[in-house]
Amino acid sequence: MQNSFLTRNPSTLIFLAVLALFTIAVTLLSEGLGMGFISTSFVKTLGKTLCLGLVAISMDLVWGYAGILSLGHFAFFGLGGYMIGMWLMYERTRDVVVNSLADAPIPATAQELNDAIATQIFGVVGSAEFPLIWAFADSLALQLLMVVLVPGLLAFVFGWLAFRSRVAGVYLSILTQAMTLALSLYLFQNDSGLRGNNGLSGLQNLPGLGDVPQALVSLWFLWGSALALGLGYVLAAWVVSGKFGSVLRGIRDDEARVRFLGYSVETYKLVLFTGTACMAGIAGALYYPQAGIINPAEIAPIASIYLAVWVAIGGRGRLYGAVIGAGFVSLLSSWFTGGRAPNIPLGSYTIQWVDWWLVVLGLSFVLVTLFAPKGIGGLFDLIGNQSSPNRHGADLGPDAGALREREAQE
Amino acid sequence: MNTLLEVSGVSVSFDGFLAINNLSFRIAGAEMRAIIGPNGAGKTTFMDIVTGKTKPDEGRILWGDKGISLLGMSEARIAREGIGRKFQKPTVFEDQTVQENLLMALKSARGPFAVLFYKPNSADLAKVEEFAREIGLVDELMRKSGELSHGQKQWLEIGMLLAQEPRLLLVDEPAAGMTPAEREHTTRILVEAAKTRAVVVVEHDMEFVRRLNCKVTVLHEGSVLAEGNLDHVTANQDVVDVYLGR
Repeated sequence: MQNSFLTRNPSTLIFLAVLALFTIAVTLLSEGLGMGFISTSFVKTLGKTLCLGLVAISMDLVWGYAGILSLGHFAFFGLGGYMIGMWLMYERTRDVVVNSLADAPIPATAQELNDAIATQIFGVVGSAEFPLIWAFADSLALQLLMVVLVPGLLAFVFGWLAFRSRVAGVYLSILTQAMTLALSLYLFQNDSGLRGNNGLSGLQNLPGLGDVPQALVSLWFLWGSALALGLGYVLAAWVVSGKFGSVLRGIRDDEARVRFLGYSVETYKLVLFTGTACMAGIAGALYYPQAGIINPAEIAPIASIYLAVWVAIGGRGRLYGAVIGAGFVSLLSSWFTGGRAPNIPLGSYTIQWVDWWLVVLGLSFVLVTLFAPKGIGGLFDLIGNQSSPNRHGADLGPDAGALREREAQE
Repeated sequence: MNTLLEVSGVSVSFDGFLAINNLSFRIAGAEMRAIIGPNGAGKTTFMDIVTGKTKPDEGRILWGDKGISLLGMSEARIAREGIGRKFQKPTVFEDQTVQENLLMALKSARGPFAVLFYKPNSADLAKVEEFAREIGLVDELMRKSGELSHGQKQWLEIGMLLAQEPRLLLVDEPAAGMTPAEREHTTRILVEAAKTRAVVVVEHDMEFVRRLNCKVTVLHEGSVLAEGNLDHVTANQDVVDVYLGR
């Protein structure tokens, strides 16, 4: 145990190296600072993909390591986006309003200024007053704090109620779906205080930095996302490498046994659920300024299901698998649904990928779950020639012994 | 005789079926006790009640010198109080190495943050090695426990139980599926453990119980039918009728 953390976890080092190379390569090929091979919008897509990798790590911690199939982690992701979006929108609108009032013969009072900003932001939902939840929207520091605190608090309250009642398995999954559905339905209302189905928009414009071209801003966010992903990966790898990870995997494989060892399973689940919600919030806060807009449709139940699909296809129970799954599937998905994939004419019927992509995704999810439970990440085992009996504690039979396991693999 | 665990007047029913009926039981701080009884006598339910898995409808369960009540405590809390349990079916964490299994069981702080910042020091690793030697798995420390044989898994679980350093061990059919030599080894471990702590063994196998050479409690229909040494209870006509005579 004298070895350092990184030497004991070579995959972390490899991951960080690949991430750094990727970031440098994109920077060099970008329009902002490099040769211009990669368009600014694609840089944003790549930056967003890194954020999805981060939220996939949080999903993998919860599902792949602790066995809690949360189908609500995208709600935390979206909440993080809303929190940073509030500041971005407030400050930018403030700039616009201040500029337009500057020509007025009498300088505007603070109250008039405030009302003008509120009308500008909330006019679209028929209101001209700031709701209470915007109280801190003028402070970047406080909104950044809320990026972590709001998803964390929601996860804490939800988790406390659910885990304390020993809700587990598919019932917990359904509950998390209900939570994200309820949240998105609430946000769809015009009087929710977050502009109903219009959502928050114009988030790509950083207040006070109007002169900086988007080509450069997109790179800043790419770097920020890469840094967050790298730090998140190291943190997650550290958490699962020690005894905490042992307990988590124990909870996944046999919850009751962990309890009889004296570990309070509910507390562990709550800590993990809350922690990963905070992580998802940070990922969302980096994602939505690159997307430019956030609306309640982003946290619809299906989004969280996609998250589970990414992690399953990438390979749950291993962190790089989650990141690869999120990157691979989301990029492929945007290629297919973006109309760039060529349609296949079949005489009387033409396969339009925009319609058929979901069928392909669903099929591959089923196939991966059935035939390659290790997902894409399992391919690295083939390269590394490892064949560990990773059966997640499932027995081969009532008296499964060493021999039966060997026989099963042959 | 100082009492470690005192169960008095405990009853529990499942959907009208009285699984435990006014059961009373006490065990001293360093004592071996075997519990026998036919299927459905309530042996496993008794363990479930003591470990907090099942809440009794009535009765008292007092623990330790101060006589604190175990009722209303969570399973994890009861385990931290010093009650360890071994299940009938070996349940070790197959995905993890023998060392990881033992480290998880090793007595130390159980809170999530203490565990998060826990680093195994050399004393802990030495303890793990010592427990592994005791259960004959010292050469398998780095192997995944899923690869072990059935008997080795049973031992690993006993080792994990010992590593918890409990004051009371509840052991459900420890010798199931073991060879005669392995049974002997298991007997030795349990007898050794009972010198410093209380051990309750639930067992079907009379030969094994005889080798433990301890006081026997016979359960029938959720209450105690007879208590005493093995020859005494096997001479009891009631016991012969419900259990041995069949």
